[in-house]
This record gives sequence, structure tokens and C-alpha cells, in this order.
Amino acid sequence: MLNMDMSQYLDVFLEECKEHLVNLNEKLLELEKNPQDLSSLNEIFRAAHTLKGMSSTMGFNDMAVLTHHMEDVLSYLKEGVIKVETPIIDTLFDCFDRLQVMVGNIQEGKPPVDNTDLIEMLESIKKGEGNSASSEPGDRSSVVTPEHEDKEHAAYVSMPFEFNQYDLTVLREVQTRGLNAYYIAVKVAPDCLMKSVRAFMVFKSLETDGEIIKTHPPAQELDEGKFQDRFHLILVNQLDEDTIRQRINNISEVEPEVVQLIDLNSIQKTGADAQADQRPAVSPPTQAAAAGEKAQEDSFRSSKVKQTVRVDIEKLDNLMNLVGELVINKGRLEQIGLNQHRGDLNEVIEQMERITSDLQNVVMNVRMVPIEQVFNRFPRMVRDLAKELGKEVNFVIEGKETELDRTVIDEIGDPLVHLLRNAVDHGIEYPEERRQKGKPTAGLVRLVARHEGNNVFIEVSDDGKGLDLDLIRRKAVEKGLATAQEADNMTAAQVADFMFRSGFSTAQNVTDISGRGVGLDVVKNKIESLNGDIVVDTVWGQGTTFKIRLPLTLAIIQALLVKVGDETYAIPLSSVDETTMISKNDIKMVQSQEVVLLRGKVLPLVKASYLLECPEHGNNEDIMYVVVVRKGDKQLGIVVDSLIGQQEIVIKSLGRLLTGIPGVAGGTILGDGAVSLILDPGTLV
Amino acid sequence: MKEIQVVAFTLGSQEYGVDILDVQEIIKVLTITRVPRAGRFIEGVINLRGNVIPVFNLHKRFGVPPVEDKGEARIIVFQFEDTRAGIIVDGVSEVIRISVDDIEDAGKVYQNLDADFIQGVGKVKGRLLLLLNVKKLLGLET
Repeated sequence: MLNMDMSQYLDVFLEECKEHLVNLNEKLLELEKNPQDLSSLNEIFRAAHTLKGMSSTMGFNDMAVLTHHMEDVLSYLKEGVIKVETPIIDTLFDCFDRLQVMVGNIQEGKPPVDNTDLIEMLESIKKGEGNSASSEPGDRSSVVTPEHEDKEHAAYVSMPFEFNQYDLTVLREVQTRGLNAYYIAVKVAPDCLMKSVRAFMVFKSLETDGEIIKTHPPAQELDEGKFQDRFHLILVNQLDEDTIRQRINNISEVEPEVVQLIDLNSIQKTGADAQADQRPAVSPPTQAAAAGEKAQEDSFRSSKVKQTVRVDIEKLDNLMNLVGELVINKGRLEQIGLNQHRGDLNEVIEQMERITSDLQNVVMNVRMVPIEQVFNRFPRMVRDLAKELGKEVNFVIEGKETELDRTVIDEIGDPLVHLLRNAVDHGIEYPEERRQKGKPTAGLVRLVARHEGNNVFIEVSDDGKGLDLDLIRRKAVEKGLATAQEADNMTAAQVADFMFRSGFSTAQNVTDISGRGVGLDVVKNKIESLNGDIVVDTVWGQGTTFKIRLPLTLAIIQALLVKVGDETYAIPLSSVDETTMISKNDIKMVQSQEVVLLRGKVLPLVKASYLLECPEHGNNEDIMYVVVVRKGDKQLGIVVDSLIGQQEIVIKSLGRLLTGIPGVAGGTILGDGAVSLILDPGTLV
Repeated sequence: MKEIQVVAFTLGSQEYGVDILDVQEIIKVLTITRVPRAGRFIEGVINLRGNVIPVFNLHKRFGVPPVEDKGEARIIVFQFEDTRAGIIVDGVSEVIRISVDDIEDAGKVYQNLDADFIQGVGKVKGRLLLLLNVKKLLGLET
């Protein structure tokens, strides 16, 4: 009768496990940095405890046992029986790793893991340092199961059921067939995390040879975990009371509070006597209890990280595409509306516009994810790498709340891993070397993300030895990428750019600098495939900064449509500062560069028809339209033939065959069905 | 006897063939938007049911002068995994089955560099079809 599926909980379980693991990892790192930090220790303890509860609920005993032992050690740490020391932290990290493996195994349906090695380590930590018999972890008071008070409640528990005529018929039938009908109240431990699962397990166990004919609260609410610490049911079977109790007792975190044979006569009486007699008896205590539990539940909720739904990214993409089509068609409708001059039509179109833009925002937001997701795994990675190499590294993350489109998030991880590894491995010097150079022994590696206009910038920087540009120059000449003279005349940025050439630093030249180049071309390709770019900035002896620019890939943007010759182009509004009209006479020449004075400032001008290699056209009118765009920190005036107006456009990729055309950011489909190109002022000139 | 099916089309006076399995569809020539700064052989992009697809100009690629009568011109749209692209041709004639035995190795016939994307020469009833390797032609494969 209940259609509950365990796999449904498995998803929730995995999702929550991952959240707790992330938290655990973060706090472990904090604790390592600051061993006196009791709050992170508490957090770790909580995470371990929660994981233990959840995994035992779901029957993943390997995980439950390991977390239980972790909890023991953690409680010793909390009580100060043992001190926070590196080997202990390392062990805890190992446990964390193992937990991650286990979660992965569960997800992939692999068998449980043998954790005896870790458990022994945890045991020896406990024994080795905490042999003062004073505190037996078994009676630690951190989590009290308030059993006693609930025993008192039990007295008040009575059947919350009302029986209608149908139920009574069923019960009578049961009796005539020689079966027993039981009223059962099951109490769930107050700190039970997955109550619905517990309910499900109880039901499953009881339904093997019986039938549950009624529940309170209704099955649906049980399914959603919408109940306090107990639920009630009417069970029909042949078993005796003790067997039922035993069965329920076999499931952890629940206990049978009442198992009572239903006396049909008494039911009829209560049924007839109306609820007046029964209700008040039940209500006061449950309400009081409910209030308390509510509060408890609320605090539990707020401490929970987030409620999430996992959605296949493909579905989101589909949704996004559909919204894109909708926006295109809305644009067409608007054009029709302009020609029709009909009040009612325009009204509907306006409504449509509001709805589509809301829809669009929602969909966009769904796809936006804080970059934290990617960044979170880095502190651990950097720490491990530094330890392995015997270096000291301070790792600083900034702007992890910066939001990016999901598609970008999924792709950006690997390039960042690469850059960070490079920074630690090749950038940061060994402590001794740093001391000699007069630098602090601990190197600094910074990972910074921030929004800027329609882009997200991610910087990976280190204060290590920097790049040996001369060596790169020599290497470039050696490889025939440039002549000696060319190389000498190149700027630092141009030289550093060689590192992104594929195969530039292959096997044999993995010396001081060149290890840095390994795979950097892969990094660059990846970033360019995301329509971003990467530049490197380095000062010999002082460090290196890789700066990645990524588009938000807002698939829908506001753009200014302009005409150049008879072609229509779209310029993202985000890079347009203003538009203005000038007369031919306003144009002045400064060193063969056309400029115009705009409110006293000199604005360089370029003709779009020239930039875009338009076929010649005879626009010799005196008035010209100028779109003032921002390019880096400079302004530039692009001369166009006319301005069409502002419009929402859907960015469509031009496909793999047309990537990397300077100045063209993509295409869009206009209201009339024609393709128009989106200009990227950043790379146009 | 093994045979392949090719879509036969004309470009100037020469007949060509492409493997039918690579062809997604054949459409009439739509409005083509020029793409500045793209390769010389790229005619522009078209809107194919909401997707932007590049179209290649084979006249320029093969050095064939454009024809006067554009009435029969078509765009053959290819699909390779997630990449789609079209080529403009002067006319699409038919789908022909060619036995593998009737395909002459391109190297024997063509000796210039362009032979790279010519897979072979198919002989069908006295007609000669240059069979194109579209993947190479479009630069998707080297």
C-alpha cells in the first residue's frame, strides 16, 4: 500500500553525505591551521556524527562503523583528553578520503570497503594518548537521547484513529477470519535524520506477512517525513504481540511504543461516542511535544545546508534552448505588434514579455552555480601537494561565491587544478631557498574569482620564483618559433605566451622553468573552448599570475543592434558605454588616427565597415553614428551607419568550425529569421 | 560486392559525390550572413531551424568560377557528431550506388595537393565523380 522506493532516499542520502563531507574537509583544514579552534572541532564532530546516523539508517555499516570510531577520537579531542596533532589530523584526513571513496562506491553500487586499517589507527590514537580511564566515550554527553521524558509521553499515547463504517467492516472481517488487528505506535528517535526511511523500514518489515490498513499521519506525509517523533498504524496479521515488538526493535532508531490488540467493541464505542471523548486526551501532550519538536526541527533545518534537487544538465540545456526559442519568437511577435497598432495585441505582447523575461531569469539562475563547488576541493589538494614536496604554502581563496554558468563550472576544474599544481610545484620555492631570498618561508598561492562586466575573472597567482623569460626566449628560438632577434624584441607577455604553445615544453626540457609549460596548451585550449582567454603575468623572482577570463555564458543578453552597410550586427550592451552622433567635420586626425572630441575627451574612432571588411558602400552622409565601447580600460568609438535599437538576443555558437574569429562572439537569430553576428569589442580591434 | 551510396552534385561542370551517411539534409539556399574575418572559403552562416551553421564556398575552394544560373543551387548540410556545416553546390542530381571496385584511388588521378580531401574517383556509366572526404575538406580531420 505504500509505494516507497529506497533509491529515492539513496539520492538524498548521497547528496547530503557529499555536503557533510565538503563541510568536514573544510573544517579539518581549518583545524589543522588552528588546532585550538574549538568551533571547527565541534563542526567536524557534528559532521561525523551526522554521517554516522545517516549511514546506519541506510544500512551502510562500513561507513557507520568508521564514523563511529572517528567520533570517538573527536570526542577525546573535544574533551582535551588528547591534543590536536598533525598525525591525528592526517588520520582524520585519511578517514575523510575513505569516506569519499565509500560514498562513491555506494553511488556506483560497489561493495563496502574494509576499514580495519583506519579503525586500528583511530583506536591506537585513542589508546596511545588517551589512556586516562576517566572518560569512556560511550557515555559522552554530546548527544543525549531524551528517552526518559518520552517514556512519560508514552502514557498519553492513544489511538489517533477514527474509524468509519468501511474500516469497521474490514476489522470485523479480520476478526471472523481469525486474524489479529493491532494498533501500533512507533516512536522514532528524536535525532533520527531520515525519519521517512525509518517509517519505510518499519512498514516493509511488518508488511512481509501482514497488511497495514491505516496509518496516522497518512502514508504520503510519512513518505515525506512530515511527522514528529512517532507514527501510528493499524496492522492486520497473525503474529503475536512480542514478534511484532521484536521486529520493530530490530530496526535501529525506532522502538515500538504501543502494540495493542484492537478490541472491536471498544472501537465501536469510541467511534459512536464521537471524538469528543478521545481527542482531548491525546491533543494536549502531543501539542506540547509538537511545539518543542517544531523548534528542534527548525533549528535542524537551518543548520542543514540546502535543499536541492538533482537535475540532469541536459534537461536544463533543453529548457534553456526552449526559452531561447521563446525569446526569439517573442522578438518576432514584437515586430508584428509594432506594425499592427492594436491595443489588445500589444497588451498581450507586453504580458508575454514580462513572463518570458521572468522565465529567462529563473532558468539562468538555475544554471548559475557558485564557483565554490569547484574551489572547495583545492585547499586539500594544495595542502597535500605542499606536504609531499616539503614546501610551505599558504593557500588563499577569494570570491568563491562568484556565480558562473553550470556548463563553465563543470569544465573549469581541470585547468585550475593544473595551474595550482604548477604554482605549488614549480612556482613556490623550497623554504630554505625562500629564506635565502629574504621571502617568508611559507609561499603564498592565491586563487581569486570575481565578476567584471559580463565576464568572470579567475586568477591563480603565486609569489614564487617567476618565469625565466630568457630561458623561454632561448627555447623558443631553439624550437624555431621565433628568430633570435624577434625573441629579443618581444614583450614579457609575448614571451610568456610561448608556454601555451603545444609541445613547447616537452620531456627533455623539464628543468627549472619548463615543467611549467607541460600541458599549458591543454589549459589554454580548454579555456578558449569556453570562449575565454588566459594571460600570464610574471616577474622574475617575485611570482607568476595566470589570469583567466571566462564569459558567464549568459546564453541570452541585451544587445544593441546596428547596421553596417546592409548588414546587421549586435553589440553586447554590457560593453557599450554610450551612443552618439557626430558630424564629419568633428573628426580630427592625430597621427593618422581618426579621433573625435567627446565632452573634452579624445575618443579614437574606427569604421565598422573597415573592421568588418564590408564590401564598399557609399555612405557619405554628414551625420555619423558612433557606438562608444569599452575595451579594457580604454574607450573606442565604432562608426556605424545606423542604430536599430536595443534588443534581447540569444547567443548561438557558430560551431566548432568558426571558433576564434577575432571580434565575433557568436551569432544570433533576429526576428526575421536571419542570422546576425554578435561583435566582441574586446577582440574586434 | 561492396558498394557505397553517394549524393551526386555538380560544381561548375564537374560532378562530385559525398557519402550519403554524412549528409544530414539538402536545403534550398537561404539568406546567408557573411562572417567577416572568417576563412576565405567560408561563405557565411545560415539559420537552420534555430541553429547557426557555417556554409562553405566550394567554388572558391576548388577554384571553380561561379555559375550564372543559381536556380538549382542547394546547400548540402553535413553532420559529424556535434558539428554541422553546409556546402553550396550548383545542383544536386541524384543518389548513386557505386561499387567499391569502381572507385579509383585518387592518388593515381590527381597529383596536386588538393587530392588530400579527394577520396577517390567513382566511375558510373561513363561518368566520373570526384568523391570527397568531407571531414578533411571542412578541416575536421587532418
